[in-house]
Amino acid sequence: MTISREDIEKVAVLARIRVDEEQVSALEKDLGNILDLVDQLSAADTDSVEPMAHPLNAVQRLRPDVVTETNQREAFQAIAPATENGLYLVPRVIE
Amino acid sequence: MQWDIVIGLEIHVQLATRTKIFSGSSTAYGAEPNTQANAVDLAMPGTLPVPNEQAFRYAVMFGLAVNAEIERRSVFERKNYFYPDLPKGYQTTQLERPIVGPGYVDIDLANGETRRVRIHHAHLEEDAGKSLHEDFHGMTGIDLNRAGTPLIEVVTEPDMSNAAEAVACARKLHGIVTSLGICDGDMSQGSMRFDVNISLKPKGSEILGTRTETKNLNSFRFMEQAIAHEVERQMDILEDGGTIVQETRLYNGDRDQSRSMRTKEEANDYRYFPCPDLLPVEIDDAFIDEARNSLPELPDARKARFMEQYGLNDYDAGLLASDAKLATFFETTAERGKDAKLASNWVQGEFSARLNAEEKSVADSPISGAQLGDLVVRIADNTISSAGAKKVFEALWSGENDNVDAIIDARGLKQVSDSGELEKMVEEVLASMPDQVAQYQQESDPKKRKKMLGGFMGPLMKASKGQGNPKLFNEILVKKLGG
Repeated sequence: MTISREDIEKVAVLARIRVDEEQVSALEKDLGNILDLVDQLSAADTDSVEPMAHPLNAVQRLRPDVVTETNQREAFQAIAPATENGLYLVPRVIE
Repeated sequence: MQWDIVIGLEIHVQLATRTKIFSGSSTAYGAEPNTQANAVDLAMPGTLPVPNEQAFRYAVMFGLAVNAEIERRSVFERKNYFYPDLPKGYQTTQLERPIVGPGYVDIDLANGETRRVRIHHAHLEEDAGKSLHEDFHGMTGIDLNRAGTPLIEVVTEPDMSNAAEAVACARKLHGIVTSLGICDGDMSQGSMRFDVNISLKPKGSEILGTRTETKNLNSFRFMEQAIAHEVERQMDILEDGGTIVQETRLYNGDRDQSRSMRTKEEANDYRYFPCPDLLPVEIDDAFIDEARNSLPELPDARKARFMEQYGLNDYDAGLLASDAKLATFFETTAERGKDAKLASNWVQGEFSARLNAEEKSVADSPISGAQLGDLVVRIADNTISSAGAKKVFEALWSGENDNVDAIIDARGLKQVSDSGELEKMVEEVLASMPDQVAQYQQESDPKKRKKMLGGFMGPLMKASKGQGNPKLFNEILVKKLGG
């Protein structure tokens, strides 16, 4: 299993990570090795195995529909870079 | 060229739980921005989601109402994408094992036929926050109160072939979720959001064309317009030899225009994987049975009951039963008014027309079912004419007065139905119009005679200051004029 430069560039865009030109070659090798390692799993016959949803053999606990949280906006907005009128401000998003 | 239109729907239904799907934050609408967005909703490090049992109960109720299989073991996945109103960088949703499996709804078509629309599945997921694009010094404002609100996304098979069928299906699902009480159904506030997938193929062809998805349809009217608009757009492209690009389009109902929002190619790479923060959720038969036992009356059953109990016809019963709030309003009106047919006419006529004209929902109506019922009583017992009733309705609607009888008195709308009094007026008017009386009596064509009767009504209404009962006037006239 190999990974192409285009794959790396695409993944970088999706993950919003800037990858310099010289880093791509190194990542090509590193990620290729990881994929080769993982690829060995495909040698196992999994035809009759249900895909695992979680490593713990347990079932999710559910919560009753009761309000337990209080308004802590001030505390959360104290660590935000920019706020106004109770809103978090972010660089302009244009659809 | 002749084309087949293929339409499928994706519907986001906001569940009417008190708290969010993965946290104990309130979901109440209209709170100050970000006052209901807490550590879990904001994706603070170290927090863990705990699913809301009520969201599962509601999803199961929906599944049962659309004749679907309920998945006993459902799994949450992460759908990864970046957007500022999604603090975690992924939406927690269900992909491989949704809670509601294949089902169906039957919709009534205008020609009286029934069409079955299959439900592919429905899954639980969380809503995102809201981006406010007004100018905050060149920045975008984010309100995360909605982030984490539970949704079910209902996905239909592409079983609809025109706008009317798609709207009928949408209305049906709206009626089901509001009847179940799992959603308030308020489309203008985004409680129910419809996306329409549309493609065209040459008539009779087995191969589906490329589809587009149209979003942002916050009323049934816009939905119908948007479908017509998109079908025409695709038809123009195809007939000019072009190809359809798979994309998401935003529809602007006020301008009847749509524009491309994004092409799917890149945005579609969501890199789903099972959410490691959540274990699989298992639901047992007892949970499902309890949900089944709590199912209220659904639109189909209600329609049958309206026909039986109130003697309404198929069309009227279907329309009134389709929406839970409208149905309740009608029943209040009918029981108070004691005349179901008249109640049905007023609820579907004047009342619905006013709601539509003012883009209000039944819940926002300034008048109650009981008030309309009181009005129906006064129409049925001939206290007021239908013209007078419209005036009373206006006064109720504008809030001038909330009591039907008080309005009738204040406005002098009471009809004179005392036959002695009316008879005297008829005699006086006839005496003052000897030529017309003679003409009438010489006329043998019943149609012309009927028309000539109308000529006496104007002076009679004038003589009675508009308060004479028109029906009684008519009867007396016929009698006095001799048949």
